[in-house]
Amino acid sequence: MPTDSIGKPADRLILPEYERDDASHPALDTEEYHSTSLRSPRRPLQLLPQNLTEITGPVLGHERVGDTDHDLTVQHAGEPLGERIVVSGQVLDSDGKPVPHTLVEVWQANAAGRYRHAGDRHPAPLDPNFSGAGRCMTDENGHYRFMTIKPGAYPWRNHDNAWRPAHIHFSLFGRAFTQRLITQMYFPGDPLFYQDPIFQSVRDPKARERMICEFDLDSTIPEWALSYHFDIVLRGRHATPFEEDEDDED
Amino acid sequence: MDHSNRRSEAASVVHPATTPSQTVGPFFALPGALPWPDGPELLPAGSPGATLLRGRLLDGIGDPVPDGLIEIWQADERGRFAHPDDPRGTSTDFPGFGRCATGPDGEFWFRTVKPASLPTPDGSEEAPHVNVTVLARGLLARVVTRIYFPDEPTANAADPVLSAVDPARRDTLVATAEADGYRFDIRLQGDDETIFFAV
Repeated sequence: MPTDSIGKPADRLILPEYERDDASHPALDTEEYHSTSLRSPRRPLQLLPQNLTEITGPVLGHERVGDTDHDLTVQHAGEPLGERIVVSGQVLDSDGKPVPHTLVEVWQANAAGRYRHAGDRHPAPLDPNFSGAGRCMTDENGHYRFMTIKPGAYPWRNHDNAWRPAHIHFSLFGRAFTQRLITQMYFPGDPLFYQDPIFQSVRDPKARERMICEFDLDSTIPEWALSYHFDIVLRGRHATPFEEDEDDED
Repeated sequence: MDHSNRRSEAASVVHPATTPSQTVGPFFALPGALPWPDGPELLPAGSPGATLLRGRLLDGIGDPVPDGLIEIWQADERGRFAHPDDPRGTSTDFPGFGRCATGPDGEFWFRTVKPASLPTPDGSEEAPHVNVTVLARGLLARVVTRIYFPDEPTANAADPVLSAVDPARRDTLVATAEADGYRFDIRLQGDDETIFFAV
């Protein structure tokens, strides 16, 4: 056995600690969202210490990102139907620090509210020029940018005449297993929010607002595309002012 | 140095609240989206030490969950991560990450290696384990579990996480041996519900 797999006893491991943020997230057993009834665990979650497996995470790089992955409007021979939009923003942690060079994945319905997926039975048209999947890396300051079309709302049978508000799914890794986040970005002023149990599963109204992008006139492309801004905040390292001081002293 | 001044500067740093989680939904597997063709293969078939890790994702009445996504994260066979925050260094090429969409019977699989034990800050040692993220329609946030190995009874007995859980449910975290690897079924709910963790 190579002794370096354990390290010398004298080398005490000092690991970062990521803040717990349970108050931001929905309860797993949200009854109004009926699919939770047989799928949400019922026993209390056990607290897992944040050791090496938790404070590390996959380092996924540019090898995962193709040339047109950031532009969902150029992935086919023709242009997709719908309202062109730029979706851009910054990935940060809850210490306010940018998360650079991290993979951002998105997927969404087309402008008619239909996913290119065999399981989607909504009788709205598929668009031969739109797949609805994208990915990009954040830059050195945590910024990301996609070009896409605005997705449509769609019915989903959860309750009588249930409709999902328009949304784009986001998948984020951050730099640690603790930071993994799957969320949905919604659009401002959607009249469907009040009846959507997935959006409403986040009980704190202020937290719900953090899933809604902002119209961003400054980032529009004149005569071409509107723009929305969406910052995403992952768990930070629970940095105390003292620890930040020490970072600064280098 | 004058700490009081520097602290007041640091206190003015904005600490934004985190973005809430939402379900991955039923459509994450549309073409070009989350599942990757090489997602389940952390290393090529025939690699030294390669083993199969497979299982099924089951709901509260034991029915398969055919629209889930399982992700794993683990150290290599020497206990190493290719990650800059590992204070022991980053001496491995092993990717450590795998992703597999569940099939019609809720089945998933990974070709990987059994990791080594890991040191902890308090001087104890964690038995070989694989961290698991479970995502599915009906799960409003990911749930996390750990896979331990049945051929590590001594290390498992000393593991601080296994030692802290309800002994009656501890076995839900331990895979079973198969001819070419290990089996680990994940039960989201029910009498034999898998132990899930808050990280």
